[in-house]
Amino acid sequence: MKILRLVAVGWWLQLKNRSRSSFDGLLSILYPLFFATTIFFLYRQNGDEAALVSAAVGASLMGVWSAVSTSASTTLQGERRQGTLELLVAAPTPFSLVILPATVSMATIGLWSFIVTLLWGRFAFGIPISFDQPLVFVIAAVVMTFSLGLVGFLQAMASVRYRAAWALGTLFEFPVWLVCGFLVPLSSLPDWVTPIAYLLPPTWGVSAVRAAAFGGSPWRDIALCLATGAIYAAIGVALSRRLVDSARGNATLALT
Amino acid sequence: MPVIEVDQLARSYRSGSRFSRGARTEVEAVRGISFEVEPGELFGLLGPNGAGKTTTIKMLITLLLPTGGSARVLGYDVVADPREVRRRIGYVFGGDKGLYERLSGYDNLRYFAELYGVPPREQRQRIAELLDLVGLTGKEGQRVEGYSRGMRQRLHIARGLLHKPDVLFLDEPSIGIDPVGARELRETVAALVSTGTTVLLTTHYMFEDDELCDRIAVIAGGAILAEGTPEQLKSRVADGHVVEIEVFDGVDDRIDAVRAIAGVTSVGVESSDRSQLLVVRTAAAAQVTPAVLAALEGRSLGRVATREPTLEDAYVELVRDA
Ligand SMILES: Nc1ncnc2c1ncn2[C@@H]1O[C@H](COP(=O)(O)OP(=O)(O)OP(=O)(O)O)[C@@H](O)[C@H]1O
Ligand SMILES: [Mg+2]
Repeated sequence: MKILRLVAVGWWLQLKNRSRSSFDGLLSILYPLFFATTIFFLYRQNGDEAALVSAAVGASLMGVWSAVSTSASTTLQGERRQGTLELLVAAPTPFSLVILPATVSMATIGLWSFIVTLLWGRFAFGIPISFDQPLVFVIAAVVMTFSLGLVGFLQAMASVRYRAAWALGTLFEFPVWLVCGFLVPLSSLPDWVTPIAYLLPPTWGVSAVRAAAFGGSPWRDIALCLATGAIYAAIGVALSRRLVDSARGNATLALT
Repeated sequence: MPVIEVDQLARSYRSGSRFSRGARTEVEAVRGISFEVEPGELFGLLGPNGAGKTTTIKMLITLLLPTGGSARVLGYDVVADPREVRRRIGYVFGGDKGLYERLSGYDNLRYFAELYGVPPREQRQRIAELLDLVGLTGKEGQRVEGYSRGMRQRLHIARGLLHKPDVLFLDEPSIGIDPVGARELRETVAALVSTGTTVLLTTHYMFEDDELCDRIAVIAGGAILAEGTPEQLKSRVADGHVVEIEVFDGVDDRIDAVRAIAGVTSVGVESSDRSQLLVVRTAAAAQVTPAVLAALEGRSLGRVATREPTLEDAYVELVRDA
């Protein structure tokens, strides 16, 4: 109960802090919008309506991953620059429980961009979205958001110790779009990609959201999305003590 | 049992790149210092820039691992039991960093109240009390990005006190705040000490230490040069007195002559816009004023005064000898 409250308050205040940066805010909405628009044009050219709608959902979801992968590794550098990283470490709350809500809040901003992009597709491109199971669709999208927040958590943890880890996030942004079936179905990728895709929560998240939108049973995918996300979180938690101790040893908690 | 026990504590930093051979250097920021702070005491760490004050504090508050020696806070080892230490201590540093700029003052406090495990039902009242204590009541709804430096510093103090810490660590808390604010800060700290909180404070401002601290350790180059009450330090270093002479047309060429006078222990010059102040420290019972005035023959002089040594005089002498 106490932990839930801590996570909820942390998530809410981090979200508030993050969403008030007009620059970041604009970027996290506009940037995915540009990508999605390009994709909408490409698919519209094609004339295949089913593929267009499927791509619309995938393209809209890309923003969730972008929001996480780009900010998860830079956020602690930001806290470091701001002088708050030391204060977070100096608090008696286990560091994992401080960082987890922060990365989930980033994913939440991605969820916002998801909604905006979907609406953009609907009204600017007339892409028909008829949700078979609206409630399940919402659940799938929220689970995916949370699970991507868990992946971001591991990335953020790595950047506690390694000040250069921010580059990693940018490195992962595009390959995951490709590998996890946001736009291109998994089946059209080389076979050796499949096992990698299975280990990445976005794969299951995208699949679950699509199933919810077009009628299918998303529950297995929702469960797998959560389960794979939990593995990343567990690795992050297991490493957190060592990474923080290493940062204390190497004096990387502060900027100087 | 002492609240803070520091034993041969040391910390060195490696700097330079891991990849460029030979470029790595090791800085010994703290070289095996030892001291103890008793319950309810206000202990000052006084030292010049780069003395190792911040490094010492960061080891005590568990943000840095020592590279040698050990330290215990409230009986808990800072390396073995960091969580027990963190639960019971507060940390405030000077400057305007360390706050969430885009959140309100209230939200900043709410966040840390949660991180410090202040029970939910007490949070609202505790935050109100602290806002009142630091004089920010009515401003708590504004975003921190609009706060002045003094307001930020006061918010910091409130943050550091949320969980009613037994020991408070203050690293140059009065940096960048105006004299009135600094005085209020001293009053706040004194009030905390009077209710039993143990405080470890670092500062450059000598009078702050003189006025506030029960005991002081002077630190320079990572080593403790002297330790004691302000009175002890003053008498230990300078048992003579200080002659100050205001000179309007330059003294630099006469310093050596003044220094050579029997009974003079040190000579300093403080420059201002219109004049220079020659500060001559003397050994006990030495009467040097006539000789000094003779050495300044022909210069245009202003005020001439003899006074008791201050903590600053003691400090200057200690640090210069180091
Ligand atoms: N992260 C770091 N990496 C390398 N050297 C460092 C680091 N932090 C401090 N130092 C060095 O250690 C020495 C002591 O620094 P410290 O910050 O403890 O001094 P200080 O007494 O707090 O000084 P100030 O009054 O300027 O705050 C300095 O020489 C400084 O350059
Ligand atoms: Mg310092």
